[in-house]
Amino acid sequence: MLKQIEGSHAVAEAVALCRPEVICAYPISPQTHIVEGLGEMVKSGALAKCEFINVESEFAAMSVAIGASAAGARAYTATASQGLLFMAEAVFNASGLGLPIVMTVANRAIGAPINIWNDHTDALSQRDCGWIQLFAENNQEALDLHIQAFRLGEELSLPVMVCMDGFILTHAYERVDMPTQEQVDAYLPIFEPRQVLDPSEPVSIGAMVGPEAFMEVRYLAHAKQMKALELIPGWADEFRAAFGRDSGGLLHRYRTEDADTVVVALGSVLGTVKDTVDELRRDGQKIGVLGVTCFRPWPLAAVREALAGAKRVVVIEKSLAVGLGGIVSSNVYNSYAGGADAVHAVIAGLGGRAITRASLARMLRDAVAGRLEPLTFLDLDQPLVERALAREREQRRSGPLAEAILRDLGVVAARPG
Amino acid sequence: MSFQPVKFYQTGTFTVGNRLLAPEERSVQANLRRTNSLNSGHRACQGCGEALGARYAIDAAMEATQRQLIAANATGCLEVFSTPYPETSWQIPWIHSLFGNAAAVATGIAAAMRVKGREHVRVIAQGGDGGTTDIGFGCLSGMFERNDDVLYICYDNGAYMNTGVQRSSATPPAARTATTMAVGAEPGNVFGQGKDLPAIAMAHRIPYVATATVAELRDLEAKVRRAMEFRGARYIHIFVPCPLGWGHASDQTIRIARLAKETGIFPVFEAENGEVVSASKIRRRLPVEEYLRPQKRFAHLFGKPPRADLIARMQELADRNIRRYGLVDTSGAQR
Repeated sequence: MLKQIEGSHAVAEAVALCRPEVICAYPISPQTHIVEGLGEMVKSGALAKCEFINVESEFAAMSVAIGASAAGARAYTATASQGLLFMAEAVFNASGLGLPIVMTVANRAIGAPINIWNDHTDALSQRDCGWIQLFAENNQEALDLHIQAFRLGEELSLPVMVCMDGFILTHAYERVDMPTQEQVDAYLPIFEPRQVLDPSEPVSIGAMVGPEAFMEVRYLAHAKQMKALELIPGWADEFRAAFGRDSGGLLHRYRTEDADTVVVALGSVLGTVKDTVDELRRDGQKIGVLGVTCFRPWPLAAVREALAGAKRVVVIEKSLAVGLGGIVSSNVYNSYAGGADAVHAVIAGLGGRAITRASLARMLRDAVAGRLEPLTFLDLDQPLVERALAREREQRRSGPLAEAILRDLGVVAARPG
Repeated sequence: MSFQPVKFYQTGTFTVGNRLLAPEERSVQANLRRTNSLNSGHRACQGCGEALGARYAIDAAMEATQRQLIAANATGCLEVFSTPYPETSWQIPWIHSLFGNAAAVATGIAAAMRVKGREHVRVIAQGGDGGTTDIGFGCLSGMFERNDDVLYICYDNGAYMNTGVQRSSATPPAARTATTMAVGAEPGNVFGQGKDLPAIAMAHRIPYVATATVAELRDLEAKVRRAMEFRGARYIHIFVPCPLGWGHASDQTIRIARLAKETGIFPVFEAENGEVVSASKIRRRLPVEEYLRPQKRFAHLFGKPPRADLIARMQELADRNIRRYGLVDTSGAQR
């Protein structure tokens, strides 16, 4: 059924269609509307046979989900930013224990300085936590990925993180096609856990494992993610057959067939990137786009194949590996046979800085002309940075950095770009 | 022969031995049909108070629930010594997740049981004092506040024993640990710090709070049984001496626990809905020296010269417990 609704609400409805049994809620922007929506459905009875638990922290949210999942319940939570970091210990624990929890991450920057707007620093900081990480391009895909996530996670006994851009998607009202309960029930079987806490068949879960077996346990976690790489494309095909649209899978390719230049990106920025690429195509540039839906496991072979014909690769990243540069581009290097010199990392949109078509077009024209540096910060206010650096050279007690920069900027409205 | 009653009683106590009781009144542990939930063969130290307390507590809970029990365990001695891979001593469904989240994991299990219509399956969370009063305190308070249907059991040995005897917020004043050294003007742990977790639990107005020691195991069993009669959040704080961390002989565990109670250092009581409903009276009141002296962690109080001032402060704490909980029967019957 077509609906014009907020992204968060679309996700809440999709999660409800998956018949979750335990939902843990703790508020953090920009995720909160999702659990609010679910809470209302549980309280009103619209979502039956579900426990909605208001916990005291994100650490507790993930811990309650761990207990519920280990006891055989389908468990869900949602978080963002600082919340994801606050639960990090339990995030690793959930995957280590092989518990198929599904969690939405409404991607948001990490402080300090505190910032509630969108980038991918939160999810990418957890890239080695053992969860499957899927990135939604739009609200339709966000809701579809949740339905796939329960299927995928429960089949593999692995937790799945569905990442959607905070505010840009969570708070955007878009048209979505909401599946029916019958469709979802047909696609998503009842949760049959591999391990369960049950008095009639007592098991110990979470035992101490020493050097004699730890390597093997970790290897199997890796092997399971490699298995996911094999299974995800087939599940996307099945999803298309059942729901009549393309959602999920490992990658989305757009006009890459004859492309010399391929732009790689994750999430909602792909829409703007495609528009920009269309513009450049009209100018005769052979340029295409590779959207990464599945970031963990990293689809190395599929990316390599998609980039095989490219002379240069431009990776647009909403995160920064401080002291290195790009996180996604570091993964792309591994998958691109054309040499590291041809891979460009473009750090963009940190803390909600708008990524405009004009800026992207300028940057991509530079790339095509061979003028793009290996590492670029899109729309960086260089004079502002210079002033801050000068202040630090001149005074020992230069004061709090971010506050001084804000003072330099003066009173301005929050700038979109 | 399917049933052999075990003759079991505690020497040096005022409790009636099992052999004088009818079979149905005997302790859970005296029954050969006990579940041995924490089975033999685990790797606890000799004389471990925590292993003893856990064995009694969980077997009693198993009996009270007709064996419909699941346990979540915090990281710590109990978790490590009971499950060295690939062995486990647990005969019940048991999960260890993290150091600080046992209460929350138990909340999740209880929620799963409720949603699946299996509310006859009861849930216990357990941990040491570090996992309870320090790192797990947030999750524990949250579980209490929501009144989740979980019995949390804290085995209090007053320090982080698993990592090598470091101070926790349950370490008593003056006690030497690896991080409260017996040096300086005020050797050992400082006075005026630490958390009284049973009182904090009571402040949450949860249905049932109790304290117990491994010196009175029948009382411990009774409190676990009583806890299982309630729904909602319940808390039992069990005093468990640690020969390794406290520096006493491993055959003195029960005697040290009894001395803690008989001196007033550790008050044994029950509370319902935030109000104390019973306190276990001191039968023969003893000065705190009797409790402190056998333990090497307090040895610096009895050096040359002895620290009579610090011993007096410990006595004040014990006297306060005695007043507060009415631990000495003032009607004059016993003295």
